[in-house]
Amino acid sequence: MASTAIHDSAVLHHHDQGHDQGHHKENFITKYIFSQDHKMISKQFLITGIIMGVIAMGLSVLFRLQLGWPDKSFPLLETFLGSWAEGGRIKPDFYLALVTIHGTMMVFFVLTAGLSGTFSNLLIPLQLGARDMASPFLNMLSYWFFFTACVIMMASFFTATGPASAGWTVYPPLSALPKAISGSGIGMTLWLISMTFFIASSMIGALNYISTVLNMRTKGMDMWKMPLTIWAFFLTAIIGVLSFPVLVSAVVLLIFDRSFGTSFYLSDIVIAGQVLPNQGGSPILWEHLFWFLGHPEVYIVIMPALGITSEVIATNSRKPIFGYHAMVYSLIGITVLSFIVWGHHMFVTGMNPFLGGVFMITTLIIAVPSAVKTFNYLATLWRGNIRFTPAMLFAIGLVSFFISGGLTGIFLGNAALDINLHDTYFVVAHFHLVMGSAAIFGMLCGVYHWFPKMFGRLMDEKLGYLHFWLTFIGAYLVFFPMHFMGLDGVPRRYYAFTEFEFMKEWLTVNTFITWAAILSALAQVAFLWNFFYSIFYGKKASQNPWQSNTLEWTTPVEHLHGNWPGEIPTVYRWPYDYSKPGHSEDFIPQTTPFSQTMSSNMPHDFEGNPEAERIQEDWIKNNPNARKATEEV
Amino acid sequence: MGLRKIFKIRSILSCLIAITLIGNGFQIYAQSKDSTVVSTTTAVDSATTKAVAGTSLLPASKPLISTDVDTTKRVSYTAAPAAPDLTKEYKSAGYYFLMFFLFCVFIGIIGKILKVYEISRTIQGSKQPVDLRKIQGVLFAFALVLGLYGVYWSYSVQGPMYRMVSASVHGDQIDFMFDITLWITTVVFVLTHIALFGFSFKYRGSVEKKAYFYPHNNAVERIWTIVPAFVLTVLVVFGFFTWRSITNPSAADQKRALLVEVRGEQFKWNIRYSGADNQIGLSSYKLITPTNGLGIDFKDRKSWDDKLVGEIVIPVNRPVRFQVGSKDVLHSFYLPDFRVQMNAVPGMATFFQFIPKLTTAQIREKRNDPKYNYTLLCAKICGAGHYNMQAKVIVVTEREYAEWVAKQPLMYNDDVKKELQMADQKSAAGNNKVALNTNINR
Repeated sequence: MASTAIHDSAVLHHHDQGHDQGHHKENFITKYIFSQDHKMISKQFLITGIIMGVIAMGLSVLFRLQLGWPDKSFPLLETFLGSWAEGGRIKPDFYLALVTIHGTMMVFFVLTAGLSGTFSNLLIPLQLGARDMASPFLNMLSYWFFFTACVIMMASFFTATGPASAGWTVYPPLSALPKAISGSGIGMTLWLISMTFFIASSMIGALNYISTVLNMRTKGMDMWKMPLTIWAFFLTAIIGVLSFPVLVSAVVLLIFDRSFGTSFYLSDIVIAGQVLPNQGGSPILWEHLFWFLGHPEVYIVIMPALGITSEVIATNSRKPIFGYHAMVYSLIGITVLSFIVWGHHMFVTGMNPFLGGVFMITTLIIAVPSAVKTFNYLATLWRGNIRFTPAMLFAIGLVSFFISGGLTGIFLGNAALDINLHDTYFVVAHFHLVMGSAAIFGMLCGVYHWFPKMFGRLMDEKLGYLHFWLTFIGAYLVFFPMHFMGLDGVPRRYYAFTEFEFMKEWLTVNTFITWAAILSALAQVAFLWNFFYSIFYGKKASQNPWQSNTLEWTTPVEHLHGNWPGEIPTVYRWPYDYSKPGHSEDFIPQTTPFSQTMSSNMPHDFEGNPEAERIQEDWIKNNPNARKATEEV
Repeated sequence: MGLRKIFKIRSILSCLIAITLIGNGFQIYAQSKDSTVVSTTTAVDSATTKAVAGTSLLPASKPLISTDVDTTKRVSYTAAPAAPDLTKEYKSAGYYFLMFFLFCVFIGIIGKILKVYEISRTIQGSKQPVDLRKIQGVLFAFALVLGLYGVYWSYSVQGPMYRMVSASVHGDQIDFMFDITLWITTVVFVLTHIALFGFSFKYRGSVEKKAYFYPHNNAVERIWTIVPAFVLTVLVVFGFFTWRSITNPSAADQKRALLVEVRGEQFKWNIRYSGADNQIGLSSYKLITPTNGLGIDFKDRKSWDDKLVGEIVIPVNRPVRFQVGSKDVLHSFYLPDFRVQMNAVPGMATFFQFIPKLTTAQIREKRNDPKYNYTLLCAKICGAGHYNMQAKVIVVTEREYAEWVAKQPLMYNDDVKKELQMADQKSAAGNNKVALNTNINR
């Protein structure tokens, strides 16, 4: 499909008559596989993300089985995993591989590509009033690079030595030396190749998002009229563009160290009795480079989720988001600060302790914009008229996780407290709540909310409720007890808690956590069924099922390549005019001009335009009754 | 209606699929069982026929063998090197699957009942049959109460399970700060959740109501920017100075401290005491041999009084300075009882200095556990044995320490001396090892 023709309105009239038979000759491959339509690409991202998520969740259940019953044998595991689970027990190095790939897939494939990729692609053009992305072809490439990355990562399960197993942070020398752990052989090579593809995908995607947001907003859509979703996606893309290249450089240097005998990260190593020739490198360099991406990465994961919930909470509370400007400024604050806090992952790595002190200060500063966002969410709910759609439930769940996980961040960001908590289960609990559960809830929230936009049908609400409650409770049951384990000094990535006397009291807790994890995993069946069933058989959606203000709900239910059949609508107001006093309905779409809502206009709306203010005043003089009605409300 | 028809067909279809799946599992089980049964009966039969008729064994045993082969074949289709009792595993997995499937069907039935109820109510003319959305608001109220109780339960039951007593001087500072942070965060956690779930409950919507249009309030926003900022500033300042005091012991303190080197390798800790001079001898990874595991340079006088020991024994109430290193990959020197952690980095020495304040005997008394031991763990993923990389740590009185340390043998023993002499002679004879040695002494 020729992307350049999209802006040509003459072409778009053909879309009206059904573009399948139009002169574009879309066949199956161009429509469903190598599609350049942002809506199709977003679906591709979503479904790939869901598949990766299910796989990564399956991996977590596998290692939870090992942790829950460290002494028990599951002969079926041997059937499926072969030599990796000899005698029905997962081997220690395969356990580490499971942990590693679970983390990598969840962070990068599900919560970065699956979340940003899906919703940035879907919503940026639709909410800004653009026909498509700035560069649809690159957009297609972005998906296919991502898909390649997924395939390569999965391929590492079919190697003899197993997938990468040095943890998702792949710290060298462990990740550089196949002799140190078998996963650092071909599995690690595949990991690095996969990541390179993934970064290419993210970069292309992010550049595309940025240029679309900056250049392709519809008439009237200035930056301060953009929904918070777009702000979040835009700033996320900026973080990605600035931080991902650093990971590429780190990855390339690691490839050099592994394959070409350089010593960027290696020095003074004796492994299996063999003295290695490498000298002068430092693993600390990797940690710096990795976390320079790695920390912004957690904001890449959480910010789109926050953007999505801002939109969903406002829509379903039937209230404007509280403190729109503060929300935007805190997103900007998080964006800027996210680049200068990476050292809090390295307090006890041997980095200069003074540096640790500096990073502690910047880290705790970043808690302020996060707190502002939380309070603004609460204020948005206050005196709202809340509609509990499944999306709204997930949005509230996100706020809960964001609070719980964010508060434990105050412990970990404090260098002195981190001494005892670093690399323990406390950290596991912290990030699984604040970026794992919160971000996945943001993603699910988005799926439930924009499903009608994606597939033209509604998901079943009852199953959505079931899904929410089971997952919400399950996630807390899994991660809350882990805090206490961590405080007791149980390090993460331990294959079994059986070797240390003091850990044995946690064995029963571990069994409990495993059951909770299995429960939450099974709860996802409700979602999967609901999702795939509703694609084909769900109730047909109306054009604006949630009575939302934003532009995407002005497009027809049936998808068009080009989004709007006629002219792109013009935007007159901000996206949060919900329950405005004086207006008959409790929402006013962005496309409604002020001239049609004279009874509800406020002086503030005109941004100091004297002409508009005069017209409004005249109208009020002529319609005194309407104004009274306004005041009564 | 069409939709529901489809739903029915689909559910029937999925039922069929599930049943066939389970059926297959059972079939395999049943078949294998059947065939063994058959084979045994034939065996018995053959035995009886043999006994009665006294005919040759050959024709009777033939089917026995063939069925046996069949069974193994069939089993090996599903699980190659499987143990004979794998069918049992399949059966139990099949049961779990069936249970879950039945549960899903049950959920589906409940969904249908709800739908029927809704439809009947609408027919009866009630405007809003079952407002499931409103029920969610009520559920949030329940979730709030149950959740807060759960948090309380967790704090009171699992809270005491974590080690409360700090065994080091700086650990008390850390614990104090931890408690303050815990208090602040718990209060914020409870209040925000009361607000979050409480608002969800209180403001659950209805068609008649209209929300309160309240886009912003700069004063309120300023307050909740400044208050967290202030609290965090206090915590930062507090934390910063604690951190500095822990990580920057004065030069005098450093000199006074007992110096111990700990070097990690997959998957054990090597512990070297600095001896009478309190200085660790030079070492180089290039000197590492099977006999000289740490690559000690015995030409360096400082190494002559060094001692390699099996466990960490330190005197109470005296600063101990650990020099942490690694032979291969990253490890982390982690002593949770003492609130001590420092990564072991190959190619770079890291340090952690602290003062233990409770002896092993004292902590046993405090914890009321006569077998309790301090342990050194590895906290940085380092390979397959990561979960079991430990060393015992014993804190004793100064006198006990002196006794213990006197008993430990020197690394620079007669064997080493002899070896060194031989090497010297060799090098004196003009061996090219000179080059290597100068290289090391560099």
